[in-house]
Amino acid sequence: MHIEVTVNGRLRSADVEARTLLAYLLRDEFNLTGTHVGCDTTSCGACTVIWDGLPVKSCTVLAGQVDGGAITTVEGLEQDAQLHPLQQGFWDNHGLQCGFCTPGMLMTTYALLQRRPHPTETEIRQAISGNLCRCTGYQNIVAAVQQAAARLSAQDAMEEVQA
Amino acid sequence: MALEITESRPLGKPIKRKEDARFVRGQGRYLDDIKLPDMLYLALVRSPYAHARITRIDTSRAQALPGVRLVLTGEDLAKMNLAWMPTLAGDQQMVLATGKVLFQYQEVAAVVADSRALAEDGAQLVEVEYDPLPAVVDPFWALSPQAPVLREDREEASNRIFHWEVGDLDGTERALRDAATVVTERIRMPRVHPAPLEPCGCIADYNAARGHLTWYVTSQAPHAHRTVLAMVAGLPEHKIHVISPDIGGGFGNKVPVFPGYVAAIVASISLNRPVKWIEARTENLTSTNFARDYHMEVALGADRDGRVTALRVSTVADHGAFDAAADPTKFPAGLFSIVTGSYDFPVAYAAVDGVYTNKAPGGVAYRCSFRVTEASFLIERAMNTLALRLNMDPAELRQRNFIAPERFPYQSPLGWTYDSGHYAATLQKALDIVDYPALRREQAERRARGELMGIGLSTFTEIVGAGPSSTFDILGIKMFDSCEIRVHPTGKVIARLGTRHQGQGHETTFAQVIAEELGLTTDDVLIEEGDTDTAPYGLGTYASRSTPLAGGAAALAARRVRDKAKKIAAHLLEVDEAEVEWDGQNFVAMGAPDRSVTMPAVALAAYTNLPHGMEPGLEATYYYDPPNLTFPNGAYVAVVDIDKGTGAVTVRRFVAVDDCGTVINPMVVDGQIHGGLTEGFAIAFMQEIPFDEDGNCLAPNFMDYLVPTAVETPHWETGRTVTPSPHHPIGAKGVGESPNVGSPAAFANAVIDALSPLGVTNIDIPLFPWKVWEVLREHGVAE
Ligand code: FES
Ligand code: FES
Repeated sequence: MHIEVTVNGRLRSADVEARTLLAYLLRDEFNLTGTHVGCDTTSCGACTVIWDGLPVKSCTVLAGQVDGGAITTVEGLEQDAQLHPLQQGFWDNHGLQCGFCTPGMLMTTYALLQRRPHPTETEIRQAISGNLCRCTGYQNIVAAVQQAAARLSAQDAMEEVQA
Repeated sequence: MALEITESRPLGKPIKRKEDARFVRGQGRYLDDIKLPDMLYLALVRSPYAHARITRIDTSRAQALPGVRLVLTGEDLAKMNLAWMPTLAGDQQMVLATGKVLFQYQEVAAVVADSRALAEDGAQLVEVEYDPLPAVVDPFWALSPQAPVLREDREEASNRIFHWEVGDLDGTERALRDAATVVTERIRMPRVHPAPLEPCGCIADYNAARGHLTWYVTSQAPHAHRTVLAMVAGLPEHKIHVISPDIGGGFGNKVPVFPGYVAAIVASISLNRPVKWIEARTENLTSTNFARDYHMEVALGADRDGRVTALRVSTVADHGAFDAAADPTKFPAGLFSIVTGSYDFPVAYAAVDGVYTNKAPGGVAYRCSFRVTEASFLIERAMNTLALRLNMDPAELRQRNFIAPERFPYQSPLGWTYDSGHYAATLQKALDIVDYPALRREQAERRARGELMGIGLSTFTEIVGAGPSSTFDILGIKMFDSCEIRVHPTGKVIARLGTRHQGQGHETTFAQVIAEELGLTTDDVLIEEGDTDTAPYGLGTYASRSTPLAGGAAALAARRVRDKAKKIAAHLLEVDEAEVEWDGQNFVAMGAPDRSVTMPAVALAAYTNLPHGMEPGLEATYYYDPPNLTFPNGAYVAVVDIDKGTGAVTVRRFVAVDDCGTVINPMVVDGQIHGGLTEGFAIAFMQEIPFDEDGNCLAPNFMDYLVPTAVETPHWETGRTVTPSPHHPIGAKGVGESPNVGSPAAFANAVIDALSPLGVTNIDIPLFPWKVWEVLREHGVAE
């Protein structure tokens, strides 16, 4: 089937089998291999992307479902050679080790901060409870998200002052 | 927080990781991210039975499916003499089953097709008929004479794989007879799985014209895998290029060679095209190794003052259908003989019987230096039982029995020479951080109110960095490790090591070690691992061996570079070599501190302006064969509250004070501790791979095999004491596994401590709420 979808702001298209999953549409057809696959039971969240504003596990969405929609993947976070504050937060706070869960963690927390710009630790932990990490023990991920939240609100405040 | 990476004298600083630049952008290059032209995909057909005779395999329907290029069965492999492969433990394992299957999910056939999905379709079309046989699930039953003998390929008609023992049995028995107190306990470490987030996989790319195989593989030990492959497949070793790309966690899972790897290689050679095999999570949890599954029985003697006098341990080790443990060859039970732990036992004895059952083969060292977790869990639980029996505070009992600092190097009764440690100080630090006396007071008050609060200690000693070539080898290959350093004309360095990181941060930490030795910054040093064509030979990353071995090699290779650099510096400074001093960053002319040269200046001279007769270039290689292992240790305290209504345990606090010797990067060390504690927490409270009586695996996916999420994972508090290893070039001991080795006992001891007023001395881990609740109900305290 033919699919047209906006990925990271760019319109892309592909012809795939109807059974193709979104994760593999992104990885195999569009070469966006930052979206990872870590399980076969929708448990790990390594495949998380944003679909029309909401975080979804792309291993459990059919490619055909996103036809006409908009997807953001980890590759879409960096803007104008500037890391997103979440990416910087993970780096600064040692929020990753092997890096396999990281793209999914980034996308889930990206969606969280859009919804709740000042999350508590509990809210952060709850938000990422569908994303498994085997390496970090989550503590530095929480710190990373807190740093990003602080930076983003400082940025917003700056923009307001300037406007 | 993290400093800039241009910092000079980087050793010991929390330098941000260089590798993260690609990982935070989603630009890691993991195995499944690699796509080669004309690549095919392989899927495996697996057995639904734990024990059955194969009566018929019909591949014709699979072969007829358009897009399917090849179907392989065990019979096909037998013709190539590849139906079986050797395991690292010296056993052999079926690649694709012939005759019998011996565990559920065993590999029976392989289907290669144009796409992932087509390969799966093809696998569905392979028809296999089985004649089921009774499954042997219980390892104790496996040892009984009535049990069917599982392995027909072995001469020995028994399910016993090995009997291993160490220590003085008679002396131990005598000491136990004479002891004022003897406590005994059956302690079980259940079957668990390392479950790194990225499953295992490979791409085999055979080029017939060149007679050359490129093998991309999720490997913690690429050099060893190349050698094994050369031996098994008969390919010349220099025509096998193993590339281990970014690895999404290993924890021991990615040390062995798996049937899927061999099938992919055979398929690539047969078809002269690249073939990719990536296991699904279910395949990972059911077939590519497990860990632990140790059934231990301990007797511990003590005198009237609570001083330990003897330790006897006997263990039945369930290895599943094949002994696919990745232990050093002379150590069928790994380094289990560290079981006397941090305590000064005059005499001890340990025995392990390895057993075949109808379960997946193993067991790997899951974030652990070969059975050290089992040993540590056993002794730390047993010390707890002794404290209960003696009615003595477990901290005091430990302080009384620690190996005293002046006894190092300490000869353990089971044959090890501990390098260094200051156990009492490490424990005291942990007790101070938690305010132990206040916690005990609080516990007494809560107990008086009928509440269940527990405090658990674990004061473990690890043994890592295998190891000295006199004792340690894998299939004959000595367990050294290596580093090659090349300093280029502008003073920039490429260093390659025989290890392969999987998240540990080697690209940063080894750059710190080398930059420190050479007076450079970590930005000046590029670390490369995992490519057998370029990196020097080494045995890989597992068993916390990278820092003890490759870290030592890195420092010593850098010192070799510096030795030559000093000669060049003398030439540049126009003084005698004896007149040149290294001040940590520059070469300085003695007595003339204003006259100095930097390492980059020396590097340039090494290619442009050499002393007469000196060989050009500035590089060195070091193969480091350590004089001894290292013995990291730590003191952990867990504080828990138990809900009488549900049996759920909440970890209120957890303090981990580790002593891993010299710290290369405290941020990375803390990260390793956090991660390892979380895995230890999982093992204590939620992880087990159980089987039903027919040998069906009951935790084959992440719905049933639980990985802790951020919600239940406790907040970790870390601290450190630093007792450097006297023999390691920079005094480092290694740290990655300490938290996983040390913490399960702290959690379990805390739960038992909470329940001890009820007379409870043991509950087998994992401490699921239902299990704790049943104990509460038995004692009439469940709400
Ligand atoms: S791959 Fe695990 S949830 Fe999608
Ligand atoms: S960093 Fe390895 S799984 Fe999260």
